[in-house]
Amino acid sequence: MKTALALFVREWRIARRIGGGASAGVVFFLILVAVMPFALGPDLNLLARLGPAILWIAALLATLLGLDRLFQADHDDGSLDLLVNGSPPLEVVVLVKCAAHWTTSALPLVALSPLFGLMLAMAPLPLALTAATLAAGTPALTMIGAIGAALTVSLRRGGLLMAILVLPLTIPVLIFGVAAASAASGGASPFLAPFLALCALSLATIAATPFAAAAALRHARE
Amino acid sequence: MRLRGWDLTIERGGRRIIAGLSFEAPAGLGLIVTGPNGAGKTSLLRALAGFLPIEAGGFALEGGDAERTVGEQAHYLGHADGVKGALTAGENLAFAAAMLRGDSSRPTQIAALTALGLSHVIDFPARLLSAGQRRRVALARLLVAQRPLWLLDEPTTALDAAAQAALAAIMRAHLQDGGILVAAAHGSLGLDGAQELRLAAEPEAAA
Repeated sequence: MKTALALFVREWRIARRIGGGASAGVVFFLILVAVMPFALGPDLNLLARLGPAILWIAALLATLLGLDRLFQADHDDGSLDLLVNGSPPLEVVVLVKCAAHWTTSALPLVALSPLFGLMLAMAPLPLALTAATLAAGTPALTMIGAIGAALTVSLRRGGLLMAILVLPLTIPVLIFGVAAASAASGGASPFLAPFLALCALSLATIAATPFAAAAALRHARE
Repeated sequence: MRLRGWDLTIERGGRRIIAGLSFEAPAGLGLIVTGPNGAGKTSLLRALAGFLPIEAGGFALEGGDAERTVGEQAHYLGHADGVKGALTAGENLAFAAAMLRGDSSRPTQIAALTALGLSHVIDFPARLLSAGQRRRVALARLLVAQRPLWLLDEPTTALDAAAQAALAAIMRAHLQDGGILVAAAHGSLGLDGAQELRLAAEPEAAA
């Protein structure tokens, strides 16, 4: 427990001190959302209807932005050796690193999404629902991305490959997330069923990813 | 306690780096792995730490903790030193100590850095340190957590004469406490009576 806390604190410190880590994701999110009205035109009804989908795609891309360095930074400077042979199992290390990454990069997105949704002329209820679905769904995005990050850990330019590997796997999360978030703004389905499916996806990936990513890390290191 | 390896064969990228190597490293006597570039010194140390798969043979830490792998009882220090530039020297040591189940208190950090003549930079971000100073921060890890086996890959890289002498003293103290040391090096590292394990430049061709 103490070592897990030490690892969490270390990840937080590094994310906070290295510029371009956590804050870059939020700025990227903001820019994606701000650019959308220019592409779609000033039709407020259209923007409000597409709002949940835009926020979700922006969150998906912003989450993937920093994930490729999740293990690669430690691999490059040799501290992954320390993590592999440390006292906690590698699976716990993966889980703690993902948790730290989620709180530093995805949680700010969730917190700021209602503010950015205002720029898309969304009503209060869809804003709240979208923030709730992002809170429930972004853990799944981080965990799926972590598997891709572990698989591409030793590749020099692994970021693009990771995105290609991971984006198809995130489609279920996107479908259920947008379905639940659109429920209040003229969506086809009620809120609860897709929201529960989203929660189930997050829980399943939280349970499975530590083992998959740890196995990938053990084998990818030649 | 001793580290024993038998018939070790290591391949990398389809090329046989080490073939049928047997060795013994008893407690209290350092084992220095020598050989020309490309002879497999780093591969051998990484295999002992558990980072590289071995093709044949095996190794064991006799008298060690049977529940844990050899790597989990070892300090491994390679060319990439694992010092995070965004953290201070002290924070780097505190994290390493927590990870290796050592003592992450500040007096221990100061003592470890003092042994390497570096206590004045404890609150400096590691990215501002010179190559030799970063190396010494990495070496200070050896002192904040107790592990019986030290696997050091050319530990004197970038160190000045005074730091090399300090490192030799630290290694001698470790050996006197009954520790095991396997180091890859091109010199004697200042350890008298250390055994030498010489790796050949061109190992036997793969069958």
